[in-house]
Amino acid sequence: MTLSQFQVRFHGRGGQGVVTAAELLSVAAFYEGRYSQAFPTFGSERAGAPVAAFCRIADRQIRTRSPVSRPDAVVVGDATLLHSGDLFAGLGTDGYVLVNTSGGIDRPALDRRLAELQTERIAALPATELALRHLGRPVPNAVLLGGLAALCDVVSLASVQRAIAERFTGPLGAANQAAAAEAYAMVAHPAELSGASPD
Amino acid sequence: MTPGQPVRFFQVGSFAAGNRLLAPEMRTVQSDATRANSLTSGHRACQGCGEALGARYVLDTAMRATGGRLIAVNATGCLEVFTTPYPETSWRVPWLHSLFANAASVATGVAATLDAQGRNEVRVLAQAGDGGTVDIGFAALSGLFERNDDVLYVCYDNQAYMNTGVQRSGATPPAARTATTEALGPEPGNPFGQGKNLPLIAMAHNIPYVATATVAELHDLEAKVLKAMTMHGARYLHVLVPCPLGWGSAPAATIELARLAKESGLFAVFEAERGEVTASSSIRHQVPVEAYLRPQSRYRHLFDDTGAVLRPDIVGRLQALADANIARFDLLKSAS
Amino acid sequence: MLRQIEGSQAVARVVAACRPQVVCAYPITPQTHIVEAIGAMVKSGELPGCRFINVESEFSALSVAIGASATGARAYTATASQGLLFMMEALYNAAGLGLPIVMTLANRAVGAPINIWNDHSDAMAARDAGWIQLFAESNQEAADLHAQAFRLAEEVSLPVMVCMDGFVLTHAVERVDVVTREQIDAFLPPYEPRQVLDPSAPVTIGAMVGPEAFEEVRYLDHARHLDALGSIEAIAEEFAEVVGRPCGGLLSPYRTQDAELIVVALGSVLGTIHEVVDEARDRGARVGALGITTFRPFPLDAVRDALGGDARLLVVEKAFSSGFGGVLSTDIAMAVEGAPSRISTVVGGLGGRAITETSLRRVIDDALEGRLERLEFLDLDRGAVEAELARMAANRRSGPVAENMLRSLSASARRTGGGRP
Ligand SMILES: Cc1ncc(C[n+]2csc(CCOP(=O)(O)OP(=O)(O)O)c2C)c(N)n1
Ligand code: SF4
Ligand SMILES: [Mg+2]
Repeated sequence: MTLSQFQVRFHGRGGQGVVTAAELLSVAAFYEGRYSQAFPTFGSERAGAPVAAFCRIADRQIRTRSPVSRPDAVVVGDATLLHSGDLFAGLGTDGYVLVNTSGGIDRPALDRRLAELQTERIAALPATELALRHLGRPVPNAVLLGGLAALCDVVSLASVQRAIAERFTGPLGAANQAAAAEAYAMVAHPAELSGASPD
Repeated sequence: MTPGQPVRFFQVGSFAAGNRLLAPEMRTVQSDATRANSLTSGHRACQGCGEALGARYVLDTAMRATGGRLIAVNATGCLEVFTTPYPETSWRVPWLHSLFANAASVATGVAATLDAQGRNEVRVLAQAGDGGTVDIGFAALSGLFERNDDVLYVCYDNQAYMNTGVQRSGATPPAARTATTEALGPEPGNPFGQGKNLPLIAMAHNIPYVATATVAELHDLEAKVLKAMTMHGARYLHVLVPCPLGWGSAPAATIELARLAKESGLFAVFEAERGEVTASSSIRHQVPVEAYLRPQSRYRHLFDDTGAVLRPDIVGRLQALADANIARFDLLKSAS
Repeated sequence: MLRQIEGSQAVARVVAACRPQVVCAYPITPQTHIVEAIGAMVKSGELPGCRFINVESEFSALSVAIGASATGARAYTATASQGLLFMMEALYNAAGLGLPIVMTLANRAVGAPINIWNDHSDAMAARDAGWIQLFAESNQEAADLHAQAFRLAEEVSLPVMVCMDGFVLTHAVERVDVVTREQIDAFLPPYEPRQVLDPSAPVTIGAMVGPEAFEEVRYLDHARHLDALGSIEAIAEEFAEVVGRPCGGLLSPYRTQDAELIVVALGSVLGTIHEVVDEARDRGARVGALGITTFRPFPLDAVRDALGGDARLLVVEKAFSSGFGGVLSTDIAMAVEGAPSRISTVVGGLGGRAITETSLRRVIDDALEGRLERLEFLDLDRGAVEAELARMAANRRSGPVAENMLRSLSASARRTGGGRP
């Protein structure tokens, strides 16, 4: 890799919208004048099956097409995936982790790599709860993006909101934007809100 | 209850008699603890998949009828995909998937070999989705009918190409939204065509047995499989299997929607032998088609947010289709 | 217009901008998003004058396009894998009749075993069907090649297949400058058929030809293919003038000057190859790459020029011919006649297995050191293969190979406590 690149890997279950999340992240980066690339691991999977999606963001054209094997951030859309498979493979010690859970994250028990991460680089976000509250549906993709924007600052909340607005029209778009904003606030200021402490 | 049989509770449709209330010999194959479990758990179908249910009922019943001497041939489609990525293979019958269009012909090859080898006690069942049956596999199936090959062919009709992401098939009903018939323009959803009623087309081949069924009536479905297996030659069973993903319905609504399809008259449940209708299942509590359409988001464009009918013209045409079915198959005769 | 867009959507927009009159569709992954998007445009009235026909098989999809094209319509369809093979007879027919149909092939492996992921076995199966085959390296190129494909098909009266890697491109969201209708109108003239069904001037299309003329008719196909080589270059140049960016053409060389090793490939893997080439160059290794944009007709002379000199050649292929070896490599060997000993073939990326930078780096190093066999399989799990061969040797009824393989892989995954990605 000749130039700095930010690579995100999303893990979730079919129906949660992690493929859309990766896509919206790439659109948000595009709005900021960056190059970006999003693509899913496409299984012939049905609703509920594990899926992954990737997003790369860079300042120059992205040519590589291989799956992200050394992510800078890992987003886990469903906490039940935490104990299946190697979700954090390739994550460096300066990486970021965002997990959708209404509980906390028991770092060392999960993965030794998490124990090495800085506390402020790991966030637990009750994304499904937020989605249910704002949209009435357990589809946490926009919520996760709001959280990710707060966690690692790779795209602004405004760009995320714009990508959401472009994708979801009408009341659904407004609700998703509100959900993303709340997620952003929760991750950006964990101390001021209850239930979102990273540990 | 027979001694030693554990007490089990089964979810049954509101019109069906619970197995517990029936004499043992009248209970369903599914309620039998010793059933074959031909399609076991662990497969990757969506929650509430009607096709998974239908296939399980059909295969276990065919296994009972043949004493376990059964070979299954499967076309490409959801059923094939969600049951086979190993180590989750869910089949406990000898099972062959070849291609999308050729299940009927592959089954003919299996049957011919069993015949040539004098192993006629082993029976053959071919299965496919509606796309694999009424569209791409149609020529092969018609050939199987015309030669009267000794195969029971089962079509699981979820009314679209679900495996590839819900595109229209020849069995998609008018007005239904699919990925290739979006709810756009003056005639939203699938256009009103001439329809392609495969049970009727099968009947036109004068084959020994044609039947339709739904996953809402398990006793009826199993009885039809048992009956088909008492016969030889080409037999065709068409099972309506709601698909939560493609129909945009709640996973828990699968059985209810299958029942409403029949009770509205949109899906006629009947049997035919040698080209003549021999029996049809009467509607017990007729419902207007809206009751069936409303819970499915593939028909969302016909209703407003409160559920009121937005397109009475289209709903009216669908009701006319139901009424025509009712008249044709005499579905409002008093229940026999 | 510059957009962050899914490859399939970009292609759909360009096809729509070319104003096709008949579009036929039959679903097969990973091509579906393209025709679904066009179908929605037709239904919403965005594409007046276009008929969108949902057919009952791929055989019918291409057959509808044949009828439409012979009647003077600009006709388009798309497919992949099993679908392409199911249209095979119509494929040869469309080419033999000289009908300028454009098709997107979202490259996907051919079964059995059934597999929905990317490789090039479908395109290679149709290599000799008489279609022009163009391979896209990125979604920008995939989109632009479609505009050029209509122009090319109609100019030379041959069908054109634009190959884009299934999922890797069709489902990737990236930056694409989508040509506008105005740009297309400046570049693509109205379709002027060479032959058309017309009551005012009746012709017989599809007449039987016996031994007295069959060879000549066939030769004319070949001649038109050779002619097309010139058209492809000219059209690419004109496209660059109108649209303001280069795209298409016969080949895409990358840092080949003074190279001691040139990696040759088709399609989207070239992007990853370019990354690795740059890395190698940074290390001082003289490595370059050659993308084959036009695979049929095969630009023999241009390839010979591009690969002249004595560089070693490493052909990376996502398909192969069982019992023989590389497919593209055979053509490359023909182009650099006399020097096949400098060619190594690496078959990889089959059925969607990712071709990673790490693996490419390794084979490039091996090639530079002269450690490569003539034919290698990238990241092949030798253990699994040996175990199955042993099982087959030991036991007559060893069972279905695919099932055995998966069973042993899942058993070893359980032993090591992890799954394969
Ligand atoms: C020749 C060919 N064309 C297309 C496909 C892609 N394909 C696989 S399954 C499928 C749809 C199956 O639909 P249906 O038969 O109705 O079964 P369902 O998945 O709905 O149960 C399609 C289009 C294929 N495998 N082979
Ligand atoms: S898409 Fe429909 S048919 Fe396929 S597994 Fe899901 S519910 Fe069943
Ligand atoms: Mg179907």
